[in-house]
This record gives sequence, structure tokens and C-alpha cells, in this order.
Amino acid sequence: MAGTAPREDNAMRILYILWVRQIKRFFRAKSRIVGAIGQPLLFLVALGYGIGSVYARAGQGNYIEFLVPGIMAQTVLFSAMFYGAMIMFDKQFGFLKETLVAPVSRFKIMFGGALGGATTATLQGSLVLLISLLLGFRPQHWALVPVAIVILGLLSVAIASFSSGIGSFVQDMQGFQAINQFLVFPLYFLSGALYPLQHVPDWLRVVAECNPMSYAVDAMRDMLIGQTHFGLFKDLTVLIVSVIVLVTFGAYRFRHIEA
Amino acid sequence: MKEKNLAISLTGVTKRFGSVTAVNDVSFEVDKGELFALLGPNGAGKSTTIKMLTTLLKPSSGTLTLAGHDVTKAQDAARKSFGIVFQDPSVDSEMTAYENMELHAALYGVRGSETRARIRTLLELVELWDRKDTLVKNYSGGMKRRLEIARGLLHHPHVLFLDEPTLGLDTQTRNLLWEYVKRLSHEEGMTVFFTTHYLEEAEAVANRIGIIDHGKLIALGTSKQLMKQTNTKTLEQAYLALTGKTVRDEEVGKGDEWRARRRARIMR
Repeated sequence: MAGTAPREDNAMRILYILWVRQIKRFFRAKSRIVGAIGQPLLFLVALGYGIGSVYARAGQGNYIEFLVPGIMAQTVLFSAMFYGAMIMFDKQFGFLKETLVAPVSRFKIMFGGALGGATTATLQGSLVLLISLLLGFRPQHWALVPVAIVILGLLSVAIASFSSGIGSFVQDMQGFQAINQFLVFPLYFLSGALYPLQHVPDWLRVVAECNPMSYAVDAMRDMLIGQTHFGLFKDLTVLIVSVIVLVTFGAYRFRHIEA
Repeated sequence: MKEKNLAISLTGVTKRFGSVTAVNDVSFEVDKGELFALLGPNGAGKSTTIKMLTTLLKPSSGTLTLAGHDVTKAQDAARKSFGIVFQDPSVDSEMTAYENMELHAALYGVRGSETRARIRTLLELVELWDRKDTLVKNYSGGMKRRLEIARGLLHHPHVLFLDEPTLGLDTQTRNLLWEYVKRLSHEEGMTVFFTTHYLEEAEAVANRIGIIDHGKLIALGTSKQLMKQTNTKTLEQAYLALTGKTVRDEEVGKGDEWRARRRARIMR
């Protein structure tokens, strides 16, 4: 058995074991599962019903329908960012050193974990969709739901990679919170996740158009309720370019990590 | 040829952090199967030396080889040839002992049916087999250390590095730990390279001792030779004669300090 096994085979095994570690840790952390259901439910109910009535009166239609893809993206954003915190914890609690002295490229270490973080994020985002179905949400075409989930998955990979880059140089939880305040919240609130971009002031539209999150939200909205601002082609192009850029960023920063 | 029997060799190794020289032109060799102790006060360069040998830091100049592999040029081959127990725990405490072992096996490409047998043998050796499915966060400090030793041995390393492995452990556990290490070194012909502040451990376990201070290797030999050289009766006296009696306040190594400053710059 030993010895001359193909290298690719081993690469898959390494990615798998690092992926499975994230999955196991997620399902063992009861508080994370509660948070995964609780937080989006709060947003859906509070915003959906709170703002929904005004939205309908303004002649814009059903706000909850509009909101569901946005909350799915939000869930993925916050959950996938957590992977960066995991890297930071691995650094603090020493486990990172175990991986850094192993005969494995740093890219595999970062990417295997990021895939795990992205998977749990996508699961949570899909759970939001499930919850919204219980609240009465109906997608335009059921056949396009899997496509929406794939888009959600791509967004998760992009954000998990981005967060590994952040987690590679942030030293403690305070630093990570600061990044959340100054980067993640703006990414969310200025993305078209919560409001349509047609009627916003020009400056805000420009900001949202520079935010890759907007395109992921827009693509999912297109798949789920058939509304799009940028068009699917532009959405997917921006999303795929973001994945490539952010995986590169994550890999680059992680290569320079010091345990 | 003599080269074949070398497990570790350092030739003119220097490590600078900015203007600080943490390790200054250090050269020495460790034979295959040898138990070697590197001693020195805090901040003397022990950890930096181990970090360079284990590929966590690159030397500013000089050559390091492990089991014949150049540490900087053949990084993966060098990495496969050693196991390490770090000063601080490096296990994933949210996973079980068995899962930690499985992960290590995957990272080091230990494959097939022998993997499970090897994991079992090692966990039995360090007396953790019946606790293999317990999350490591429920382990005591000594149990974690034993798990790390078992893990470090999983991929049949030529060299085992132990960086202050007995720090904070009670006498029984320390005693037991050295028993394993000696037995393993004997059974598997493995080289052991360790640092410690307990001189009696170095005296009892090590075949040879190197003493490093201010980044320079200042003495090298058996404990008897060191005592003879300094005309003292115990290893502790010899050690103090060589390194002086002043207390070192460099709890944080100079290297760490330099890295912290550099990080602060990046963050700005």
C-alpha cells in the first residue's frame, strides 16, 4: 500500500481531512448552530415584516421575497468570515504550527479549511431558504433553486478565502471585530441586499456597484424571484473574478503567516 | 562515510531579526540515534535554532540539514524526516485524540491499513488508547503532551524535536515521558533533540549537551566533559559557570519582539 501512491490522491486526502475538520467542528459547536438559525430568522422577521408593509405601500411588491436572497448572502458573509477567526484561534491555541511544519503546501492548508468554512456557510445560507419557505416564500422556478445554491457556494468560497487572508495577520479577537465593523458591515449594508438599487442616490449606487457582494445578491435574486439589476452575465463574471482574486489574496497572506 | 550517520548538522548558521542577531554562526552535528540536549538561558537562541531546523524560520546564512536533507532547499523531504513536540500545545482541542492522529497521518501521507495499527500502537504506548474518543479539551496538560509525542512519532520520523517537553508537568509524568522517549529512541533508532531548563533531565537523558548563550554555541560535550572543562561537580554548576548567574529578562525572545513590531507596521 505504502510508498508510490499518486500525488494527486494525497492532495485530495489532505483537502478532505482539513475540510472535514471544519465540518466536524461546526456541528460540535451547538452555539454556532443556534446562531446559524437564530440570526437570519431575526433579520427575516424583523425586516421582512417591519419594513415589508411600507415597501408594499410604496408599490414595490412583496419585500420578504425581495429580502430572502439578501439574507441568504448575509448569512454566508458572516458565517464564512468566521473561518478567518478559526485561523486566528488555530494560531492562538497552537494547532497552526502542526500544519505549518507538515510536508504540505500552505495553499492546501488554507484552501482545504476554506472549503470547509465555505461548506458550512453554504449550508447555513440554504437553511435560511428553508426557513423562508416555512414563512411562505416561494421561488419563481424550483429548477433554478440549485443554481442559486451554487452561486451561494461561490460566494462562500470567495469570502472564506478572504477571511483566511484576514485571519492570517490579525492577532486577536478585538482586531477581528474591528475588521468586521469596518469591512464586513459595509460590504453587507452597501450591497443591495436590503434595498433595490434602482431608486437610491447616485453615490450609493456607485458604491454598491463597486461592491462584489451586490452581484452575488443580484444573481441569486435573479434565480429565485426573477429580478435583476445588473443582469446574470455581469453578475457571474464579477463573482468568478472575485473568487479568483480572493483565493489568491488568501493564499498569499497565508503563505506569510507566522505561528 | 561519516556523513551517513549524521541526523542533524548546522554549518555557520546565523539568524538576524533586523539589527538583532538571535543565532550567531552556530555549527554542530548530532549523530543518528543520539539523544541531544540544547541548553541555554531564556532568549539565548534555543527556540530560534529549533524553528530553523523545523522549517518555521529561514536562516539568514548558513546550512542546516536533517537526515541528509537541506532544510531550506528540500523542505518537504526535511519536514517528513522529523516529528516535533512544541513548547506550547499544538493539538486541536475540539477534536478527539484519534481524530488528531488521523489528521496528522493524512498530512504526512501515512497511508493504508498500517495507519490504524500504528495509531493504536502509539496511543497504547502513551496510555491514551482507552481515551482515544475523548475531545482533547478534556485532557490534562500531561495527557495532551503524551498525545503530542504519539502524534509526532506517527510518520516514523528520523528525528524527534522536543522543545521543553516537560514544562509544567508533575514529576511522575516527566519521569514517564522520558521513559517513552528513551525506549522509542532505542527501539526505532530515532534521534532526539530536546531543550529543557531542568538540568537533571539533560544529565540523565542526553548523550551529549550543547550550551548556547547570546546566540553563540559556547560548549558542547557529554555532561562529564562539561563538568571537567569547567572544573565543577554537577552539571548545574558547570552550566552556571558557563552562562553566568545573571537573571535574563528576555522572556519574550528578541525575534518575537521584532516580529511583533513588524506586524504592527503591517497593520498600520
